[in-house]
Amino acid sequence: MSVVVTLKINDIDVSGQEDETILDVAREHDIYIPTMCHLDGLSSVGACRLCLVEVKGMNRLVTACTVKVAEGMEVYTETERLKKYRRMLVEMLFSEGNHICSVCVVNGRCELQSMAGRVGVQHITLPYYNPLRTLDTTHERFVIDRNRCILCTRCVRVCDEIEGAHTWDLGGRGIESHVVTDLNTFWGDSPTCTGCSKCVHVCPTGALFEKGRSVTEMTKHREFLPYLTMMREKK
Amino acid sequence: MYLPEDELQRIDEEERLLKGQYKHHIHVCLGANCLNAHSAQVLSALETEAKARGLEKVCSVTGGGCRGLCVAGPTVTLEPDNVLYGKVQPNDAGDIIASLGGEPVERLNRPTDNPFFMRQQRIVREMEGRLNPERIEDYIAAGGYKSLLKALNEMTPAEVINEITRSGLRGRGGAGYPTGLKWKTVAKARGEHKYVICNGDEGDPGAFMDRSVMDDFPHRLLEGIIIGAYAVGADRGYLYVRAEYPLSVKRLQLAIRQAQKQNLLGNNIAGTAFNFDLQVRVGAGAYVCGEETALIASIEGKRGQPRPRPPYPAESGLWGYPTLINNVETFANIGAIIRNGSAWYASIGTEKSKGTKVFALTGTVSHSGLIEVPMGTTLREIIFDIGGGIPDGRKFKAAQTGGPGGGCIPEQYLDLSVDFESLASVGSMMGSGGLVIMDDRTCMVNVAKYFLEFCKSESCGKCIPCRVGTAHMFDILDKITKGEATLDDLTLLEELCDTVKHTSLCGLGQSAPNPVLSTLRFFRDEYIAHIVDHVCPAGVCEFEKEAVR
Amino acid sequence: MQTSTLVSAEDKRWRLIRATMRRHGFAANALIETLHTVQEAFGYLDEEALRYVAKELRIPLSRVYGVATFYNHFAMKPQGEHHCVVCLGTACYIRGGSRVLEAIEKAAQVKAGETTPDKKLSLLVARCVGLCWLAPVALFDDEVASEATPEEVAQKVGEWVDHVSS
Repeated sequence: MSVVVTLKINDIDVSGQEDETILDVAREHDIYIPTMCHLDGLSSVGACRLCLVEVKGMNRLVTACTVKVAEGMEVYTETERLKKYRRMLVEMLFSEGNHICSVCVVNGRCELQSMAGRVGVQHITLPYYNPLRTLDTTHERFVIDRNRCILCTRCVRVCDEIEGAHTWDLGGRGIESHVVTDLNTFWGDSPTCTGCSKCVHVCPTGALFEKGRSVTEMTKHREFLPYLTMMREKK
Repeated sequence: MYLPEDELQRIDEEERLLKGQYKHHIHVCLGANCLNAHSAQVLSALETEAKARGLEKVCSVTGGGCRGLCVAGPTVTLEPDNVLYGKVQPNDAGDIIASLGGEPVERLNRPTDNPFFMRQQRIVREMEGRLNPERIEDYIAAGGYKSLLKALNEMTPAEVINEITRSGLRGRGGAGYPTGLKWKTVAKARGEHKYVICNGDEGDPGAFMDRSVMDDFPHRLLEGIIIGAYAVGADRGYLYVRAEYPLSVKRLQLAIRQAQKQNLLGNNIAGTAFNFDLQVRVGAGAYVCGEETALIASIEGKRGQPRPRPPYPAESGLWGYPTLINNVETFANIGAIIRNGSAWYASIGTEKSKGTKVFALTGTVSHSGLIEVPMGTTLREIIFDIGGGIPDGRKFKAAQTGGPGGGCIPEQYLDLSVDFESLASVGSMMGSGGLVIMDDRTCMVNVAKYFLEFCKSESCGKCIPCRVGTAHMFDILDKITKGEATLDDLTLLEELCDTVKHTSLCGLGQSAPNPVLSTLRFFRDEYIAHIVDHVCPAGVCEFEKEAVR
Repeated sequence: MQTSTLVSAEDKRWRLIRATMRRHGFAANALIETLHTVQEAFGYLDEEALRYVAKELRIPLSRVYGVATFYNHFAMKPQGEHHCVVCLGTACYIRGGSRVLEAIEKAAQVKAGETTPDKKLSLLVARCVGLCWLAPVALFDDEVASEATPEEVAQKVGEWVDHVSS
């Protein structure tokens, strides 16, 4: 029994249920808020900061994916300030890794690539880090190319929350953070990986992909996620 | 079953009797800093010397807490003569014992009638230097745990919270959130269990106030935590201490065992229905764990990464239970407020910032050490009266407060009152209490670079702006200090500051730009000198070669 | 499986590790406390110990690795016989701590956070050792060198390093 609340997003009157987030309600009303780490069916971590919105009366920006709606709330999702921050955040993602679209398996279907277009990043003003990152091709069906990883942790969450294997996690910290399988050992040797491919399909970029795919060939299928979530809730 | 009051009374009397047997009391500081300067050897030399002269029945030689004048360590305090000796070596023991009852040893004597001691007001550090931190009896004889019994026997939890609210106490961890309000929120929250966490993860460079409380007054801290647990209805608690403080861990664990033995911790505390279990947890070297949600993750045995708030720990904290988190110094104030009343506490300090604040005064200042002053004391008084001014005839340049997320305050604000609001108004913050004084040989760009290096390597990596933004900011500052940056880089630096400050997930990222913003505000000309003229005005930065432009 | 043979060996170090886990009821939240004991017992977090702890506390391997590499205090590689810790707290930094560090790096041919190939010296950086009035400070196996100069520390480290190569 949820209470219905009314609020305003970008001066438009909308309604939602008390336990919904700003992002849920915005999407129900076809109001776009950019997201990168968020994925329906997984827990929200508020890490990418792209869904930050302004809420009247709050002195800080809040993440739409974690903050619940409330009666009388006034939310703004497209202020000049937010647009500027989003561009800078996407630029940061590009500068941090080695993203070369022309040779990427998801070129044309990459969420980072489309996000750049969506928030209006035309060129990267920040210097590129060109970090030395590793590639693990030891799994018989999948590859992890950490050069393309944006540390959204969707793979970590889907493996833990949906598959229940917790093969993935983050190692290191700060700019040195990286996703690992088990004790940072080869994926192909993993005693915990079930080979379910969920991580591959939730990955927003070409960091996780199926072997044998060439440039632009990899399509990600996520239909399983809402389905599994629904089936589990029914139990 | 005995009444705890009677037991405390008995210990108190025994202590008096014991102390009364001696004509002289010698307290050797066993704080971490003096221990580093071999004060333990001084203690045993004094014991040996007293024994050799057959004076072991006349003078007691014990470990005592810290006097705050760390620069003079190891320090020795003589009572009842109130003599303070500094830089004492084991071979001074003979002269010290020989002089008892006569004139103090001139070469060791440190006057205590100077502003360093006279201008301070001690609440957190009251009885400093006179309590052996490893004996609960010392604390009890000094009136310890009476506040706890008063709270348990004479006050309801709501009355305790009201008293704290009326005192005006604000969190000493940095943000200055009203303590009473926080307690009230946790008290109201519903949960099968509730937790109290004491944040002893003091990580700001140049800050060691909390370490001193944990090392020197462990029971004072415990008393505050237990009162807090009673007030909010918590049954379990953790004291999270950073791994770099092994002495604090040892003394707190000892203090917990002693308190358990006296039935001041555990089940049916002091014969009441109140149960509270307290454990020490040791950090493992991550600055970000000072942030409350990261600290909770760390106690849960996870990576110390913060999570977005709300929900706040008061509603959903450790393992999802309502959790009260306060800093060490905050808890150390509680006993005194309950004992002396909220009106007394509220009479100290400024209108919005009540009570006192402990600072670790360091950098280029004559009297480095730990000081405690009423809120509202000016920077000038702290630096030039208490701190004894800038040594070597140098000129004051800036005071850095608030740690890596704080700012540098220039000379024109020396008369600024030190309180939460005033410090924020000049782009700095109170922080936990590190106060680093810088003289005219300090390059402010280099200082900003230092703090950004700190934030960059302590960033947990969870959110993009802090993980990537601080790295870019550091790189630009590094270029500036090498004479390789352009004015465009400066513009980009300012844009990065704006983004990182407003989009980061937790306080670490949100405050990381502050050192840059505050030095840009007050020392912009130094940035320009590096960039345009390829000169470091303070003569600190070395440029590779004549830059070609 | 592999671990159990070694673990059941009458080695005091494994008993210590087990005792820590038992004290916390083999709860998952005992991970950091247990890793502290592993490091005390072995000097670093060796892979076999990590596997053992993960199994006993029933924690995913990747999470154990994630925690072990998140915190500065934990070392994933064996440490040197001697330790040199250079303080880079604010007071030390503004009084030339970074030049002290550079001098040691040069003299010992090792970077901060690393151990010399002969395992004689580990060089570490501290955020603040709380001895600000002695700045800049370096610790040589816990012995404090106050107001350290680059020349002094280079000589001191040279003794350790030379001693090894000779």
